[in-house]
Amino acid sequence: MTDAAIPTAASLRQTVEARLKKRHAQEMRFRLYGRMAIIVALCFLALLLGRIVTQGYSTFVDYRIAVPVYLDPARIDKADPTGANYDMLVAQSILTKLGEQDDDLGEKSGKVMEIMSNDLGFQLLKMVREDPSLIGKTITVTGPVKSDAALYFKGQIKRSTPQDSRKLDDQQLDWMDKLKASGAVTSGFNVSFLTNSDSTEPEQAGVLGAIVGSAMMLLVTAVLAVPIGVLAATYLEEFAPKNRWTDIIEVNINNLAAVPSIVYGLLGLAVFSNWLAVPRSSPLLGGLVLALMALPTIIIATRSALKAVPPSIREAALGVGASRTQTVFHHVLPLAMPGVMTGAILSLAHALGETAPLLMIGMISFVPGVPEGFTGAATVLPVQVFIWENASERGFHERTAAAIIVLLVFMIIMNLAAILVRRRFERRW
Amino acid sequence: MPSQRDDSIAHDTVAPVHIAVDRAHASQPAGPIKIRARDVNVFYGDKQALFDVSLDVPENSVTALIGPSGCGKSTFLRSINRMNDTIPGCKVTGRIELDGEDVNDRSIDPVVLRARVGMVFQKPNPFPKTIFENVAYGPRIHGIATGKAELEEIVERSLKRAGLWAEVADRLHQPGTGLSGGQQQRLVIARAIAVSPEVILMDEPCSALDPIATARIEELIDELRNQYCIVIVTHSMAQAARVSQKTAFFHLGKLVEAGPTGEIFTNPRDSRTQDYITGRFG
Amino acid sequence: MLIWIALTALLLFSAATYMAARRKAVAATGGKPVLLHSLPGYYGSYAALWVGAPAALLILLFAMFGGRMEEALLRADPPAAVQALTAPQQDVFFDDARAIAHGGQPSETIYEGDLKTALDAKAAKAAHLQNLIQYGSVALGALLALAGIMIAYPRIGPQFRARNKVEGWIAGLFIACSVTAILTTAGIVASLVWESWRFFQAVPIHEFLFGMEWNPQIAMRADQYAGTGAFGAVPLFVGTFLIMMIAMLVAAPIGLYSAIYLSEYASPLTRSVVKPLLEILAGVPTVVYGFFAALTVGPIFRSFFNWIGAQLVGGSFDGLGQYLMQVQNQMALVAGAVMGIMLIPFVSSLSDDIINAVPQSLRDGSLAMGATRSETVKKVVLPAALPGIMAALLLAVSRAVGETMIVTMAAGLQAKTTLNPLDTVTTVTVQIVTLLTGDQEFDSPKTLSAFGLGLTLFVVTLMLNIIALRIVQKYREQYD
Repeated sequence: MTDAAIPTAASLRQTVEARLKKRHAQEMRFRLYGRMAIIVALCFLALLLGRIVTQGYSTFVDYRIAVPVYLDPARIDKADPTGANYDMLVAQSILTKLGEQDDDLGEKSGKVMEIMSNDLGFQLLKMVREDPSLIGKTITVTGPVKSDAALYFKGQIKRSTPQDSRKLDDQQLDWMDKLKASGAVTSGFNVSFLTNSDSTEPEQAGVLGAIVGSAMMLLVTAVLAVPIGVLAATYLEEFAPKNRWTDIIEVNINNLAAVPSIVYGLLGLAVFSNWLAVPRSSPLLGGLVLALMALPTIIIATRSALKAVPPSIREAALGVGASRTQTVFHHVLPLAMPGVMTGAILSLAHALGETAPLLMIGMISFVPGVPEGFTGAATVLPVQVFIWENASERGFHERTAAAIIVLLVFMIIMNLAAILVRRRFERRW
Repeated sequence: MPSQRDDSIAHDTVAPVHIAVDRAHASQPAGPIKIRARDVNVFYGDKQALFDVSLDVPENSVTALIGPSGCGKSTFLRSINRMNDTIPGCKVTGRIELDGEDVNDRSIDPVVLRARVGMVFQKPNPFPKTIFENVAYGPRIHGIATGKAELEEIVERSLKRAGLWAEVADRLHQPGTGLSGGQQQRLVIARAIAVSPEVILMDEPCSALDPIATARIEELIDELRNQYCIVIVTHSMAQAARVSQKTAFFHLGKLVEAGPTGEIFTNPRDSRTQDYITGRFG
Repeated sequence: MLIWIALTALLLFSAATYMAARRKAVAATGGKPVLLHSLPGYYGSYAALWVGAPAALLILLFAMFGGRMEEALLRADPPAAVQALTAPQQDVFFDDARAIAHGGQPSETIYEGDLKTALDAKAAKAAHLQNLIQYGSVALGALLALAGIMIAYPRIGPQFRARNKVEGWIAGLFIACSVTAILTTAGIVASLVWESWRFFQAVPIHEFLFGMEWNPQIAMRADQYAGTGAFGAVPLFVGTFLIMMIAMLVAAPIGLYSAIYLSEYASPLTRSVVKPLLEILAGVPTVVYGFFAALTVGPIFRSFFNWIGAQLVGGSFDGLGQYLMQVQNQMALVAGAVMGIMLIPFVSSLSDDIINAVPQSLRDGSLAMGATRSETVKKVVLPAALPGIMAALLLAVSRAVGETMIVTMAAGLQAKTTLNPLDTVTTVTVQIVTLLTGDQEFDSPKTLSAFGLGLTLFVVTLMLNIIALRIVQKYREQYD
């Protein structure tokens, strides 16, 4: 091997330049793949959120019908007002308003009942029961129209569809147009979606019960998981000797953080529900299960917040004669608090969206109302989503999307709170 | 000294350095200009790191850039092969010519430029691959070798020239990260040589090494001088005195003084240079 | 109610003890608290802790386990008429007795003769026992509180090291909290192993692990479950694997390429916009993905395949066309694809961390050789980051295997052993949910099989995590 074998600078340059075009093309392709990957991911995000908003926003508009009803003493027994058929009274009042006569078989009033909610009848019953003197008077009740009727007003059931393949026939559509034109049916913001609880009738179903259930469950989770998690992390980070035991605990916590959530459901079912007899479907049981689930993430977040506090702070406190406990409680923990709070809020937000373990501990049951207490039956927002998604009525589909919107709003609020805490109190060393 | 036959290896390796120092001081005729820098300014965002630097770097010699930390000598080095392009927000103005061509010209491809101007960093940075693959990296990406045999030849030649062949010939397929610090730095030099660059830039190549390894590298630099134009940034004035023929002194982003190494060290014109080399600051 | 009163009383008593102990400590120094070993508050806390903590713990324990004690005592000596009943009937009998005693809803079973007398007697006894346990616990709590004050109060003096003692209590609390993490694991393992063991008594373990037929519904008829192979979990494993593979085929390339782009190419501005957006994708609850899969992706995919089928029918691929025409909403592809979308940010953020851990000096070295960015990434950065990226993908696999809601809502219930992504399959997690939602009897293998599946799931994900975390740890050490 002599120096003669070494190529000259010029020939080398030629070799390099000969391949340049190909290499730059490769570079562009690679960069393009990266860009495409990000664009695809963002498109998925847009599609996901877009679909939910387009499917759900219509829930927040509702159509209510106002009808004057004559409480005919001939048909309502003063002694037993519960016996009367209030739905029929309302239906016939609507027919009167439409200028139609009910036939003997009650076919027309039956059809009217398909476009008005039975909530109107319930309202009448409630009013009469509270104040029997109303009998014989004419009162106006206002209530939602049936969900199919609302879908027609929202344009999701169309007149162009053949009569056989839609739920409402032409006559009912005519009536609805007439009622709308006469001003008996008005639209507005759907307050009842936020103030009602679950119901078998889509137009009366709301998320209040689920929101309250979620709040109660998160309260249990927070009360249990945050103090225990913070104290455990503080012990492991600040006090524990570094030995085999603490190593085991550390590895264990990291692995617990990745155990599928459904396994926590099995744990809750076997240990809390069957063995400790915590009532099924209760916010207490759900909170316990989610607390165990949130614990590892809170511990991990707290430990990294504590690690970020520089040792000089500890040395300074110890140097003026504080005990280790005082050092930790007076100096280290307060300084680590923003990080701890951020971690805690984020893991609670995660717990808020968790569904799978709750299905197993009976939260899937139908709960028509706000939970009565921590041991009463309850449902929570994500499970409500799951329940409604399984329902067959079309009216529930938009409500599912709307419940998701409510759920996402709460999660966004919690995440914003976490960001705010971090921005407001973050300290750089 | 030669009588002490049982002397340590350290003695054997250190000895040539003294020769190098002698050589360095032997006044050599400066070769033709390889790199010509004119009015180079470098900005990192709003901060200016280099002010109007103009410097000529001669062919087939070692040029040392000295000065206190943060004086801009590494920044200048990195603008020669446009490594500053990789730092977001970094802007270079002025002309840096390599054989008369402006390296910042649009027609110059940084890929080609960097193949012509090799670089050795402060900390040895072998890739987490085998020794062979480390050296073969450049020839592979640039398509220099046409076959396996030629590639092996290039690797062997580069390792020999970097003075590492004898130590690694039997373990070419072991990871390069397993070598000692000094060996790693020579491996990195071999990697740079493998693409037969015209210029080799060295950014404090010995600052992470012990004195013995440093001596080996300095010896190597002196040998390489015959074939390449070498620019070396160093913290150590002794090193600059030992290995370089030309020295440039940077201070606060400005080039204070440049000239033959012997003159800078014995007869500096600027008082700042004098203060620095006599140890008043830096 | 009684418990709350007792706890409030205890709290007040502790507070009073705190004040008294504090005053005693200060008084002992003649009003010069400086002479005390610890701050006066510590003396108060020390006494209050001795008074309050053990008693409160005792009362709470009784509140938690009192019901079980009562039941055990109630069942201790069943009358002859009750002994004649079968075990489930006995359960109902005692539940009814307790329900009557505590004003609950008894079952609709009608008891007559001896049983009726026994029931009344047991109901009376249950009420009596409940009182006994409640008042007993409160009395015991009061005794403990008094004992606490007897121990703590006399010790208080200027030389007493109250702070150290209080800190000892705090250390105990710390350790108790840390042990919760271990207890959780122990609880998971114990409950899964215990219930699975009961399941494996009815269905042999090899049949469960290697059986090819999954049909837990058959087991409703008690004579049929054992030996029929209705609890063979292989179709579930195959279904889980299929969906996991589809998810990884979506998530791995997209997640990895996004991570590479974000860490190697993107400007700080792009990074600061894209990363939070991807985090939103990660924060969306899985039930939302399930809804998206079931009501958006499913119908889109079905009509797409049906359309392709319609094009092919009558041509040379008639059979395939006919098949595609019949594809349903619930296919493995839908669940897998949506799960893949869910995993993109997971893969991307883990890989981003891993790639950023590769030292900049390696990139500089490669770029200074004249390598392009993509050559640097492909030939230097990725090989260096490979172990870490493998670990990230393993963690994603573990996530995919354990994911429940998407598959429950979009994958279907039919247990089929197929690798056809257009077919409907079911997974381990879907079956767990299906088996355990609604009312269950805790004795049927049908219910217990869920725990067998849960144990399998736990073991598999745990292994994946342990391996992945090991790799990541080794990887980080390499570059630290």
